[in-house]
Amino acid sequence: MSQTRILPSRAGDSGSAGDAPVPADRLPPRPGRHRGGLRTRLELAVLLGPALVLFVGFVLLPIGVAAYYSLYDWNGFGPLTDFIGLGNYHKVLADPAFQQAVGHNLIIAGLSLVVQLPLGLGLALLLNRRLHGRSFLRLVTFAPYVLSEAITAVTWALMLQPDGFVDQVFRAAGLGDLVHLWLADRGIVLYTMFVVITWKYLGFGIILFLAGLTGIPPELREAAALDGATPWQAIRHVVLPLLGPTTRIWVFLSVIGSLQLFDLVWIMTSGGPANASGTMATYLFDRGFTRYAFGYGSAVTVILFVISFAFALLYQRFALRRDIDGALTRMAG
Amino acid sequence: MRGTGTRRRGALAVVAAATLALVAACGGSAGSNASGKITLTWWHNANNDPGRSTFKAVADAYHKAHPNVSFKIVPMQNEQFQTKIPVALRGNDFPDIYQQWGSGSEATQVQSGKLMDITSATSSWISELGTAPSGWQVNGKQYGVPYDLHIVGFWYRTDLFKQAGIDAPPSTMDEFNADVSKLKAAGITAVAAGSKDRWPDAFYWEYFALRECSQDTVVQAIKDQKMSAQCFVKAGEDLKSFLDTNPFQKGFLGTPAQQGAGSSAGLVANGKAAMELQGDWELATMPALTKDKNFADKLGWFPFPAVAGGQGDPHTVLGGGDGFSCTANATSACPDFLKYVSSASVQQKLVTSNTITLPTNPAANASITDPTMKTVLSYLQATKYNQTYFDQALPTEPGQALDSAVADFFAGQGSASALPKSISS
Repeated sequence: MSQTRILPSRAGDSGSAGDAPVPADRLPPRPGRHRGGLRTRLELAVLLGPALVLFVGFVLLPIGVAAYYSLYDWNGFGPLTDFIGLGNYHKVLADPAFQQAVGHNLIIAGLSLVVQLPLGLGLALLLNRRLHGRSFLRLVTFAPYVLSEAITAVTWALMLQPDGFVDQVFRAAGLGDLVHLWLADRGIVLYTMFVVITWKYLGFGIILFLAGLTGIPPELREAAALDGATPWQAIRHVVLPLLGPTTRIWVFLSVIGSLQLFDLVWIMTSGGPANASGTMATYLFDRGFTRYAFGYGSAVTVILFVISFAFALLYQRFALRRDIDGALTRMAG
Repeated sequence: MRGTGTRRRGALAVVAAATLALVAACGGSAGSNASGKITLTWWHNANNDPGRSTFKAVADAYHKAHPNVSFKIVPMQNEQFQTKIPVALRGNDFPDIYQQWGSGSEATQVQSGKLMDITSATSSWISELGTAPSGWQVNGKQYGVPYDLHIVGFWYRTDLFKQAGIDAPPSTMDEFNADVSKLKAAGITAVAAGSKDRWPDAFYWEYFALRECSQDTVVQAIKDQKMSAQCFVKAGEDLKSFLDTNPFQKGFLGTPAQQGAGSSAGLVANGKAAMELQGDWELATMPALTKDKNFADKLGWFPFPAVAGGQGDPHTVLGGGDGFSCTANATSACPDFLKYVSSASVQQKLVTSNTITLPTNPAANASITDPTMKTVLSYLQATKYNQTYFDQALPTEPGQALDSAVADFFAGQGSASALPKSISS
């Protein structure tokens, strides 16, 4: 509202309304702050309690249960009796279909970084300029992200069928020689999937980068321009470094998303033909639910979790550390 | 004309089901209070009309005759059963009556200890249904009752066959291959395949196995879950020679079986391909896939051709059926309701409403009017042996592994000798 004071007025100085804000370092200690931990603990319990219960019940516990199931040969019915130790893990890791799936996840993650990052950044820089119909263009680029995965997958599967819409567009443009069996050719299907993924998720990256760009004061670019920097140099040396935190978050989300890719692939190809587009998650669903191999599926879950978690930890430790310094790693005050 | 007879359809819901599986399944066991009133929770796969309202009417009629029994009906998409049943049977919140396809997957579910043994409750009347209910037995005990039958064969376009100069459908593989050549020469896609869904591919290998192997060999192999006989390898070699004739449409590896006009069923319904190896549900699947109101008049049916030198009876068919199981808390009202569903009057109602195509109770056979379905029925009545689809006859894991291995084989992966081993890896 019209309240311009940074600090809230307290009981003691309620009479002196209109005062200039008191600098923080001259404030007396807040009452209750040092008066034992009871109130703090109560606050913590009330505020953190529900979240903690949910987190333990719906995140930690299922992980533990999955790890437990993964040690058994179990079809989901009947009691857990057939303890096989790490047998499921040996089988999963030795299965060529799973190895291919891991490879596909890594290819998707790698391609995302190499293709989507520059593309998303470039489009965000364009859409950040003053141009006619900017809001409309922003809407258009973001629209695919709003569509549900299932609708996206079914629509694309229809467009990509032989002699379908995509083939017709290619032929109309005189590029008939480039037409392939997009979803049926084992050598191509994974890259077809990547194009659909890019179409679907690029808008999210663009919005993220646009948000990051609004946080960069225009004065900095103006100053760079006054100092004789070309627009390209201004982007290269001023904008991109300041977009660092946004970029690092995008990379994080993109890689984790690539590792857990499921819906689009499952609906469009079920991981086929002959595992050519399978990911760890489609492999997991296929073995776990289609084949009722719940012990085996649990082992795949744990492996997928370990891979994602290891990446998340390492990335936080080495890449995100500066961005989240203070927010997570250090207690304030 | 869309029936519940469609054993499998829809892919979208797989994803929804995956999510649902994480949420506790809604259900509930037979609530029975002091006044003896019972509510049966019933999960069936007729989530669209006509099946949906027909089953509702059947339940209402039963309730009218037995006022103490009410129903809570939960129609759900076919593929959801795959994920919801294991979750439900593992907990205590399972339905009283649910969709059951029998054989190996039923045996897998019986391990939960939650299915009701209805052997004695059904013994007085189940013989009216012929031999079909034996597919719903596990270790000699009845755990479910089928309400319709399925049979897999070739659905073909009489108009396209004529156009290619083919007078009669083929009865041997040699004739079949010759017809494929004629169709291709006439610029017609000979055979449509929905390889994306895998299970349609498996029909081919299974039929070759039924033609190459004797009935005893197949029955024993499925019982032992071990297909070591040489005839199973021969089946793969037959399949390889057939695939080498390139009979299918362009890009068949990415084609779904039943979704959209571009699916394998859609291609036949729209006259874009001359035939497809599919179940009797094909006819019920097609109206949604084509604008041609008279497509059924252009369709014919012939059984899988004989293979020269094979040990199997060329009249053996591959098929199955849809049924229902009762669960442990369902009380005797459940088997009694299944008796009602199997009765001639209800079976006739299911056929005339196009909820099912082939009834289990022969007393309802006269209700079948479609001429092609009559052909199918008379063939089924003359057959000596009806083998359940292997993926259903085997326990779930080896059954699905076999489907995948055959689908990979269609994509040029694997070998004829490795195919039979896929069920024991």
